[in-house]
Amino acid sequence: MRRLTPYLLVLPGGLWLLVFLVVPMVFMASVSTQEGDVVNGFVQTFHFATYGEVLAQYQTQFLRSVGYGLAGTVISILIAYPVAYWIAFKGGSRKATYLLLVLLPFFVSFVLRTVSWKFLLADDGIVLGPLKSAGLVGEDFHLLQTTAAVIGGLVYNYLPFMVLPIYVALERVNPTVIEAARDLYAPRAVAFAKIVLPLSLPGVFAGVLMTFVPMTSDYVNAAILGGPENTMIGNIIQTEYLVNNDYPVGAALSFTLMAAMLIGIFAYARALGTENVLEAAAR
Amino acid sequence: MSETQAGTGAATAAPALPPVPAIELDGVVKEYVARGETVQAVRGVSLSIAEGEFFSLLGPSGCGKTTTMRMIAGFEEPTRGGVRLHGQDVTGVPPNKRDVNMVFQSYALFPHMDVWENVAFGLRRKKVPEAEIRRRVGEMLEIVDLTGREKRRPREMSGGQQQRVALARALVNNPRALLLDEPLGALDLKLRQAMQIELKRIQREVGITFVYVTHDQSEALTMSDRIAVMNDGLVEQLAGPREIYERPATAFVAGFIGTSNLLNGAVERIAGGFAVLPLGEHGRVLVEAAGHSPGDAVAVTVRPEKITISTEEPAGDVSAVRGTVSEVVYLGTYNSYAVKLGDVAEMTVFQQNAHDSTTTAERGDSVWLSWQPQHSYAIGS
Repeated sequence: MRRLTPYLLVLPGGLWLLVFLVVPMVFMASVSTQEGDVVNGFVQTFHFATYGEVLAQYQTQFLRSVGYGLAGTVISILIAYPVAYWIAFKGGSRKATYLLLVLLPFFVSFVLRTVSWKFLLADDGIVLGPLKSAGLVGEDFHLLQTTAAVIGGLVYNYLPFMVLPIYVALERVNPTVIEAARDLYAPRAVAFAKIVLPLSLPGVFAGVLMTFVPMTSDYVNAAILGGPENTMIGNIIQTEYLVNNDYPVGAALSFTLMAAMLIGIFAYARALGTENVLEAAAR
Repeated sequence: MSETQAGTGAATAAPALPPVPAIELDGVVKEYVARGETVQAVRGVSLSIAEGEFFSLLGPSGCGKTTTMRMIAGFEEPTRGGVRLHGQDVTGVPPNKRDVNMVFQSYALFPHMDVWENVAFGLRRKKVPEAEIRRRVGEMLEIVDLTGREKRRPREMSGGQQQRVALARALVNNPRALLLDEPLGALDLKLRQAMQIELKRIQREVGITFVYVTHDQSEALTMSDRIAVMNDGLVEQLAGPREIYERPATAFVAGFIGTSNLLNGAVERIAGGFAVLPLGEHGRVLVEAAGHSPGDAVAVTVRPEKITISTEEPAGDVSAVRGTVSEVVYLGTYNSYAVKLGDVAEMTVFQQNAHDSTTTAERGDSVWLSWQPQHSYAIGS
């Protein structure tokens, strides 16, 4: 019985994943090689050509999504790191409050928050309206339907997922270790570069995983804040499934995106996730 | 007895200038503001630590000893007063520009670096050539007996090994002074005692000034050339270990260092070079007469191991008090007796368990306690 305990503990979660992840995945994988249409039904023909076709047709959106995801992730790091650093080292007894503030947007629906950004950024909205009446920006200047708006929305929506893991990593850095570096002739900047930064990299690593993946496959921000030029692969997948009812194309796109992401993350983990980075930083 | 390096300039004709002390504190005060209230952690400490000295700051937690050390290292700036390192005022100089290194209480090793990189850290910051780094780190690891463990990570090492890495990491820079903040606190007793001897050996070998912060009086007595006993932000006594122990300057020092008996009385007369303090039916205490005159109210200390127990009233010019044994504790190498002098005092007496020891008092026995006049001192309060 004792030996079985770990397996029994894993059973509910394992069953959940099996029923709601593995089974649908297998099903969708099968759909991706079927042919037909929603009226006459789909037939399994092992039509792998769909993959080549979707890649060729939606190459632009694929690359754009990865580009947006990368840009959003980098900007998130730049914003989240100082925030996490400040909370971890200067937050004092109010750390929990500050963390709650970081998480506060989560108490409002994702779509609702993004829609409110649409109001904020609208051409005659509360930001651009006064600026235009004051003549500070041109009449034809707009923020909505731009790349900046989509990436801004992505960063806004996923920022907490970057702040939290970096905060956790920084929180674990013993402040006397930083003092030790200062004592051993390291100026503030060097102590940060040689001690704090390397020790917080696992948090940055986790944050990148938690933001890059959902950002790249996001469709809400592009749909609400972007224009025709900002369509991401998520929007295409959504359209294929829900509008065109072309399930094989939608499934093939999904699996292509997933494979690309898994390979990318695997390479990233091999390059950055090991202790090699720490060792390099130690020099 | 001092470990201080003797001056080498004896042969030169020029008059020797007094050597510049390694560390000087000049009326140092450190105030914190906590919840709108100003708290003085250090309330005016002045001291001077000689080159090559093993100097201890000893006191209970919260006495200001660690704050004092952190001001020397540069992690705290004094609110008032000055810190001089080798005659140079270091006010406002950040820790990375002070030529002193610190061994932290929790070691504070860099967890992402191996032993070698930890020890080489300071030298790399100082841009020492790689060949010299290799030589010096290698030598230092040999001194602390860690050769062959260069590739270990701190978490893969025992507490004692981590302690030695911390020591090597500081010492390898050849600092003008080494600051040690309770470096042995996390080790068990056996290892701590071994490391005390080890630290003393290393200090002799490298000849660097050591400033040692501890709350452990036996540690301070074992290793130090001089000890500053601190309490409540002030230095209560600054002297060598023997003097601190034998002639505590204040009641606090007497109580903090070892076990001490305190008796209150008034000088009745001066006779035969001794001041006599009668304790009524409980006997009398003699102290050396110098500085006393009849009528003075004084507090007198005597160490438990200086006291002899007897059943007969002792003769001669000795302090002799009478009481009832209320407790006997067998402690292996010695017995500890608690002897009640009515409601005047309860005294602690240690008696060696020598094989010829004949006076073994039992609980309830009426006994005489006696000691030589030079073993008790009148102290300030």
